[in-house]
Amino acid sequence: SQASLVRLHHRFQALDRSKKGYLSRMDLQRIGALAVNPLGDRIIESFFPDGGQQVDFAGFARVLAHFRPVDDEDIGNRDPKQPEPLNSRTNKLRFAFQLYDLDRDGKISRHEMLQVLRLMVGVQVTEEQLESIADRTVQEADEDGDGAVSFLEFTKSLEKMNIEQKMSIRILK
Amino acid sequence: MLRAALPLLGLLLAGAGAVEEPTQDPGLPGEPPPGLELFRWQWHEVEAPYLVALWILVASLAKIAPKVQAGLLDFLLFGSLISAVDPVAVLAVFEEVHVNETLFIIVFGESLLNDAVTVVLYKVCNSFVEMGSANVRATDYLKGVASLFVVSLGGAAVGLVFAFLLALTTRFTKRVRIIEPLLVFLLAYAAYLTAEMASLSAILAVTMCGLGCKKYVEANISHKSRTAVKYTMKTLASCAETIIFMLLGISAVDSSKWAWDSGLVLGTLFFILFFRALGVVLQTWVLNQFRLVRLDKIDQVVMSYGGLRGAVAFALVILLDRMKVPAKDYFVATTIVVVFFTVIVQGLTIKPLVKWLKVKRSEHHKPTLNQELHEHTFDHILAAVEDVVGHHGYHYWRDRWEQFDKKYLSQLLMRRSAYRIRDQIWDVYYRLNIRDAISFVDQGGHVLSSTGLTLPSMPSRNSVAETSVTNLLRESGSGACLDLQVIDTVRSGRDREDAVMHHLLCGGLYKPRRRYKASCSRHFISEDAQERQDKEVFQQNMKRRLESFKSTKHNICFTKSKPRLRKTGHRKKDGVANAEAANGKPQDLGFQDTAAVILTVESEEEEESDSSETEKEDDEGIIFVARATSEVLQEGKVSGNLEVCPSPRIIPPSPTCAEKELPWKSGQGDLAVYVSSETTKIVPVEMQTGWNQSMSSLESLASPPCTQAPTLTHLPPCPLGTEEPQAPLNLPSDPHPSFAFPPSLAKAGRSRSESSADIPQQQELQPLMGHKDNTRLSPGIANSHWCIQFNRGGWL
Repeated sequence: SQASLVRLHHRFQALDRSKKGYLSRMDLQRIGALAVNPLGDRIIESFFPDGGQQVDFAGFARVLAHFRPVDDEDIGNRDPKQPEPLNSRTNKLRFAFQLYDLDRDGKISRHEMLQVLRLMVGVQVTEEQLESIADRTVQEADEDGDGAVSFLEFTKSLEKMNIEQKMSIRILK
Repeated sequence: MLRAALPLLGLLLAGAGAVEEPTQDPGLPGEPPPGLELFRWQWHEVEAPYLVALWILVASLAKIAPKVQAGLLDFLLFGSLISAVDPVAVLAVFEEVHVNETLFIIVFGESLLNDAVTVVLYKVCNSFVEMGSANVRATDYLKGVASLFVVSLGGAAVGLVFAFLLALTTRFTKRVRIIEPLLVFLLAYAAYLTAEMASLSAILAVTMCGLGCKKYVEANISHKSRTAVKYTMKTLASCAETIIFMLLGISAVDSSKWAWDSGLVLGTLFFILFFRALGVVLQTWVLNQFRLVRLDKIDQVVMSYGGLRGAVAFALVILLDRMKVPAKDYFVATTIVVVFFTVIVQGLTIKPLVKWLKVKRSEHHKPTLNQELHEHTFDHILAAVEDVVGHHGYHYWRDRWEQFDKKYLSQLLMRRSAYRIRDQIWDVYYRLNIRDAISFVDQGGHVLSSTGLTLPSMPSRNSVAETSVTNLLRESGSGACLDLQVIDTVRSGRDREDAVMHHLLCGGLYKPRRRYKASCSRHFISEDAQERQDKEVFQQNMKRRLESFKSTKHNICFTKSKPRLRKTGHRKKDGVANAEAANGKPQDLGFQDTAAVILTVESEEEEESDSSETEKEDDEGIIFVARATSEVLQEGKVSGNLEVCPSPRIIPPSPTCAEKELPWKSGQGDLAVYVSSETTKIVPVEMQTGWNQSMSSLESLASPPCTQAPTLTHLPPCPLGTEEPQAPLNLPSDPHPSFAFPPSLAKAGRSRSESSADIPQQQELQPLMGHKDNTRLSPGIANSHWCIQFNRGGWL
């Protein structure tokens, strides 16, 4: 909506200290809270698709649009030929998937899962425990037995979770 | 009537002013995370009864004024008590219906929290009645409103204080488990009584006490206590409910207590429904401005229909003083009818109503690791995005709270051991494993025959492996309940054995599942081969050791050397060096027994968290060298066993001895898995010769230079005990006779997805450690004087 765009723009400008008109990684890293967030780096990375060095406001807004709450009327009125809006469930999931899948091969391998786990789990859990958890996680989701979780399997394993609600920020409505 | 209208208006205004602001945007997760978060953000709806009370009054005045002699204040009083939704009734009904969590929380939360409002209103109106309506002044109204806040917040504060106390005391009850349930009950009850004493809201106090302490108490108290508390509470609750409703019924029949007035009764019935609906609609309209997920019409219908009155209303009306309120009997009759009506009619019909309206039901799904993990991920993602956006939303505060909790509260209130392993992902994983283990046991499965294991539904790998296990269970007809909570009770058997079994199965379960997987993990295939070899080796070793145990009188202390030892690389210590090790690092190992032979066990199994980084440093192998004794003896003779080698960190001179005997050992360094298996094969041979020598020489060394009294050194942390990530497991100190079996099983059990290099050593380690435990625990046993060296088989 208009109001939230304005707000985002303000925020963009606030982050862009040197007034370059775009954001670089440094700007985002300067946000203190992200440093303590285990997935902070990856999130920052996701703002720069295709490995670019800068993100302008459009890109900024585009990534954040993933988190718009899903509006039921949209779904009804949407023209099926158009590409799905960014905040649809599939796209939200895809965003999350990309956070796991660093090498962009379309699958989350056990190794990648392990990495994410390592990031998120506290120091109490040891390496072997982590490995077993990763194994089990991949095992649970993996249906075709290829040892990695593809996007479809990922979606399927999360079908019970209310993604639209979980991955939405209200003010972006 | 006009005169009455003015104060009414005043009250209306006051009421409007007192509507509590809805709190943060909830963004409620679908499933119940343990802890406070869920309840914190849903404190709206508290004001519903207030509004309803007022409306009822208006109506009742109009309708029944001719018949019942009661003034405005009396009706206000009546309104306040009749509009209170009753938690007991609500709980009883909603628990059956299984609506989605949001709805449940709203209605149930309202019923819990409106106790404060009810209490205040009731007291206020009561005192107004006593003062007489002519004496009521404006300030009294304000005081009434203020007392609302005092009562509710004060009650909550009392509850929290007691929660804190409870959590703190349960932290220290490790030795005295039996008092834990007692503590829980008494402190909760004390919270109630204290709040009553201070005329604060007692229900709120108890609620907050429970909310606040749950997380910590659950971590601190034992499983048995938890079960005891839970079921006792349920029983008590059930009893209390029954008694109240019996009382209700009896009073209904006893006609001396009430007087019937049709107008009042009918009017009340109609209007409570009507005005409740009105109140709900108005308030949800307000709330929806702030909510992420709107409360739609259906939710509203359920909310208004689900407001059941119950025991609270009845109790309050009975308490009315007939002197002050002459219409008491009419009120009693009306209350009884209302309660009956709501409970019976509404309670019975709500289920079909819910079905008919297709209300979203609560999805009770078994937790999967995936979901847990991804939930966490999403939480982090959201928090990060919120930061990027600069919005202090729900996740931000939740994160803040969690950090605060982790830093201060958990440390203060939770037991050390519980605190260390607190991690949600691991919890879920652990629970899943236990469940699998239990189901496995129910199957009558025998892990050693895992090769022949058939778990027919295993290959059907849906995202939930548990469902397959569930199916298995159902088919097998075992009555095992897979309810996560009930699983706790199953472990009421001997914990140690269970735990051993669990770990055993843990490892065992892994294998069959992996079997179906076309896994490319390198250690998959070799594991089995390894195991067989290891078992043979192991059994031989055990035999030997048994012999030596009997024959010698030396004690053996073994230390589970922690990373520090490992860091230094080769642990080629002979007995002497080990003795020094003791001397050299008393602080590490905590012995005073200088002459003790130290069996340095390096276990790569260590799952201490703090060793995780050092694990990576290990590229030496652990190889069993049983040449120990001969060398030891030599050394003993030579050096009188008490020389102090430099700290074990430096490779002691003994390596040369080691080299002598096992020249091939030196090259062990970074060999791959398969090499280590070879070494273990070779080792037995060495051991044989070594042992034979040692036997003979040991006899001669009856009074060894190591004149240590058979003091046993106790390792500061039982290394194996703590290495098991979950508390109850103490490494098996199984009695001797059976040691062959369980340790190996436990061994096998403990091997997780580790490289197979671990397995041979582990197995060998296992029995040793088992022995060590035994020796530790039974000081009387003479321990053989051997030194077994472990060099880690390298694997890279």
